[in-house]
Amino acid sequence: MNKREGEACQRKNADSASDRDANANPSSPVIAAFKVFQQELDTKHDKYERLVKISRDVTIDSKRSIFLLHRVTSVPDAEEVLKEAEVKLDGVRQKIGQIAEELRGEDIYQFHRAFTPGIQEYVEAVSFLHYIRHRSLISLEEINAKLVFMKEEKGGAETQPLGAQVLTFQVTPSDYLLGVADLTGELMRMCISSVGNGDIDTPFQLSQFLRQIHDGFSYIGNTGPYEVSKKLHTLRQSLGKVEDACYALRVRGSEIPKHMLADVFSSRTTLMDSEEGVV
Amino acid sequence: MSVTEMFSYIQGFLSADQDVREDIRKVVQTLEQAAREILTVLQSVHQPSGFKEIPSKCTRARELFCTVRTQITDLKTKFPVEQYYRFHEHWRFVLQRLAFLAAFVVYLESETLVTREEVAKILGIEVVREKGFHLDVEDYLAGVLIMASELSRLAVNSVTAGDYTRPLRISNFINELDSGFRLLNLKNDPLRKRYDGLKYDVKKIEEVVYDLSIRGLAKESESGGDK
Repeated sequence: MNKREGEACQRKNADSASDRDANANPSSPVIAAFKVFQQELDTKHDKYERLVKISRDVTIDSKRSIFLLHRVTSVPDAEEVLKEAEVKLDGVRQKIGQIAEELRGEDIYQFHRAFTPGIQEYVEAVSFLHYIRHRSLISLEEINAKLVFMKEEKGGAETQPLGAQVLTFQVTPSDYLLGVADLTGELMRMCISSVGNGDIDTPFQLSQFLRQIHDGFSYIGNTGPYEVSKKLHTLRQSLGKVEDACYALRVRGSEIPKHMLADVFSSRTTLMDSEEGVV
Repeated sequence: MSVTEMFSYIQGFLSADQDVREDIRKVVQTLEQAAREILTVLQSVHQPSGFKEIPSKCTRARELFCTVRTQITDLKTKFPVEQYYRFHEHWRFVLQRLAFLAAFVVYLESETLVTREEVAKILGIEVVREKGFHLDVEDYLAGVLIMASELSRLAVNSVTAGDYTRPLRISNFINELDSGFRLLNLKNDPLRKRYDGLKYDVKKIEEVVYDLSIRGLAKESESGGDK
């Protein structure tokens, strides 16, 4: 030890950089320890990057299925669009299966930041589809129930699989909450576009549903994560727009431009009357 | 499930979460208190009189680590162990401080770099995640970096106290640490930011060593190296 000190001290005046590199002899316990840390950190960062990549794919595909679902208001055969969206979301679920694969044996919260945007977008898409189908809010359990994956363990070369392994992915309540908050934006767009298409009852249903969600978020208030309170503001704006649209529909119910709504309007008058009790 | 039911379910989850966080916060506060006490004990090594008492200060600090161990045992009971990273932010800061203090004590005692295992043992926690409450490698490294700046201070003060050989030993140690850190591929995160400060500590210690050698005050060890 003492000898090395002396040497280091002499060389310092000449060239401190080369001195430091000379100190990096591989036999030193410090360097050996840091080599281990290097490996550990690299493994972790690689996994994180892979998760970010998958999450980005999940986001993109979820966004696409949301765009697809927006066409539902303007095409005659809604079922076809819904089927197509279902297929797309199956693809998204495959990707979430990859996330679950990466997270096996890990602490999900350690890498949560890497994939939370993708998951939120998925929640948004899947709840949007669910709303169009059932006119209700998908529950957290229903989402999680679909995120169960069978992982085939590859046995030998061409022998039959050794056995299937069940992998699950759990959407956290806060991701669910944030996804639902995003959903309200989509519902607002759907409302406006259905007004444009002359659909009279959807806006009223939507405004009711949005109000329920809004009440739910107000109930949670600031106990939720920080992002929720930010989204609450946007939610309020969306709700305002939908309520205004409903107001306009009601007030000008009889004055809607005939060239746009002639057919629809005449067929929906009865429906609108029954709606009055609810709204 | 209706919308209202769903939201009250989520609300229940959120308030349970907040309760856990509240509990953790309380324990972490006591931990911070203990960490400050240890720091106060160790700070006195910068005093000229403190240099002779380093071993006794270390013993005292080691005693104080006992309370830290019981507090961490308490902390472990506050949340399910597999959710370590969910609440990590709450104790991250104090754990880094404690890692620093443990590393500092070990350096003062033996002038070597504390291993991660040793820190974990001093704090009464695990090294690998699978076994329970553990010391994250980044927190350990952050603690080591805090120690580096403490040592650059110590180098200056040891000269003031008339100990001219210590800066040379510290310089050696820090240089080795620096080359260790240069092996790591750090991301643009808090650890990286802290690592960026290490070069100033290295520089400061080198200046101290330079001042000593130019005045011939580092003679003893230089003659040792000439052999």
